[in-house]
Amino acid sequence: MADIELLPHNVPSQSELPELVEELTTLNLGPTHPATHGIFQNILKMDGEKIISGEQTIGYIHRAFEKIAERRPFYQITTLTDRMNYCSSPINNFGWHMTVEKLLQIEVPKRAQYIRVIMMELARISDHLICNSILGVDTGAFSGFLYVMQKREDIYEIYEEVCGARLTTNMGRIGGMERDLSSTAIRKIRDFIKTFPPVLQEFEKLMSRNRIFMDRTINVGPISLERALSYGFTGPNLRAAGLDYDVRVMNPYSSYEDFDFSIPVGQSGDTFDRYNVRIEEMWQSLKIVEQALNNLPEGPYYADAPEYYLPPKKEVYNNMEALIYHFKIVMGEIDAPQGEVYHAVEGGNGELGFYLISDGGRAPYRLHFRRPSFIYYQAFPEMCKGSTLSDAILTMSSLNVIAGELDA
Amino acid sequence: MLSNQEVAEELLGKFGDQVYDFDEPYGLLTLSTTREDIIPVLEFLKDHKVFQINFLTDLTGIHYPDSPGKEFMVVYHAHSFIHNFRIRIKVSIAEADIHIPTATGLYACANWMERETFDFFGILFDGHPNLIRILNIEEMDYFPMRREYPLEDATREDKIDALFGR
Repeated sequence: MADIELLPHNVPSQSELPELVEELTTLNLGPTHPATHGIFQNILKMDGEKIISGEQTIGYIHRAFEKIAERRPFYQITTLTDRMNYCSSPINNFGWHMTVEKLLQIEVPKRAQYIRVIMMELARISDHLICNSILGVDTGAFSGFLYVMQKREDIYEIYEEVCGARLTTNMGRIGGMERDLSSTAIRKIRDFIKTFPPVLQEFEKLMSRNRIFMDRTINVGPISLERALSYGFTGPNLRAAGLDYDVRVMNPYSSYEDFDFSIPVGQSGDTFDRYNVRIEEMWQSLKIVEQALNNLPEGPYYADAPEYYLPPKKEVYNNMEALIYHFKIVMGEIDAPQGEVYHAVEGGNGELGFYLISDGGRAPYRLHFRRPSFIYYQAFPEMCKGSTLSDAILTMSSLNVIAGELDA
Repeated sequence: MLSNQEVAEELLGKFGDQVYDFDEPYGLLTLSTTREDIIPVLEFLKDHKVFQINFLTDLTGIHYPDSPGKEFMVVYHAHSFIHNFRIRIKVSIAEADIHIPTATGLYACANWMERETFDFFGILFDGHPNLIRILNIEEMDYFPMRREYPLEDATREDKIDALFGR
């Protein structure tokens, strides 16, 4: 056996070791990180586990909706709004329809308004449900998410029954709804009203007073009311910081003044408050859905605006006038009046505004979307400064930043 | 409840002929002011003891290529939660001198809204801490929301305006 030649030891003695230097790490969180639920990039400066500063890059799914809208007839813009906050697209659709109706000064019949309210509140429930259950997933509680998914599916089935689509709904038309609520849709909504409370209660039982969940979320990512206002927060995130601003109450649209509901408000604007505000809003939304369904007025489900509302198909085949209007609307040949409108609705994430300038043409001269996510997401570095990375993930999750709305 | 009249009178009293073109389309008080006065006007409304119009709802730009000397417009929407009062303020600027002071000193949210406006229209907000593109790629050498930038592929001849869109 040959001698094994040992390599010479070359380990430096303790005194020869270079002095340890502390330095900051740059962490590239995203653009496609599974914990950020969407395409966001955050370049974080980390001191160990603490975040020193963050720099955001957005625009990964920018689709130039505002530019496209300048070439489209009004009714074709609805499909663009679907793709903004895709967790609650009916709210975006109706927000857009209401903006155009305001410009055209069309009075929508009560029945259509109530149907819209039902669909918008269901959309709000599904939006908040996803946000809160995903927040649970981010804290490590996967089961809550699995329990409530079935109820979101139920809501999507109601969408399907009402408009035929599930995610990008393109629901309703300028002037009302495209069809009346079918008896199946009403039955499904009634079922939902009955079966949703036990599920939400179970979810709450699992999460709200869960010690681990509380420890993970209380005082995580707080924002003071003053900063929240300066950063343009609206919706549940602003209400969690302590201001009861809700577009549905302050500037009621689509008959919201007819319903009895309250606005939940938080105190510290931290992740736990945002969670609680959303939970309570789901209860309130359910209350609104119930009231709207019980008091659903009889009557037409679309306004008498033949120049803008597509006539029923049966009439198109049998009635000359309807055929002409059908052709004119589909070809986008009808000019809208001149005007300048700002209309806001309470979206899933806050005040969703449509600023529309019409120069009397077929398409808007300029259309600007006030997207709540875009405006409040810029507060994120300030909110997660000094916290750990895992807390920053929770903060982002509870802000419910939707990539489609952020980038438009 | 604050009336449009009240706010308009107060602004006229303070800024005189620097605020003009008062209008109320669909009930929303709309007025124009000059580039020099936009920040004082916003600040005045924000710090006003009664009005408290202290929430910047929206900030955006518009391009009017056919009005010489006023090619661009920056539109501010502000809101008072106390009175549930909204106001819209417009500032026209010329393409040759496309500068306007930043509102980031008053509202933190103006930061990204101004970046977006710069990104799409090329409007320069003086004093902005970080005026770079936000939604488009940094290498882009044009401002896509300007009217002269076509949406359709310019080489196509089959899509004419008379038949499609505008």
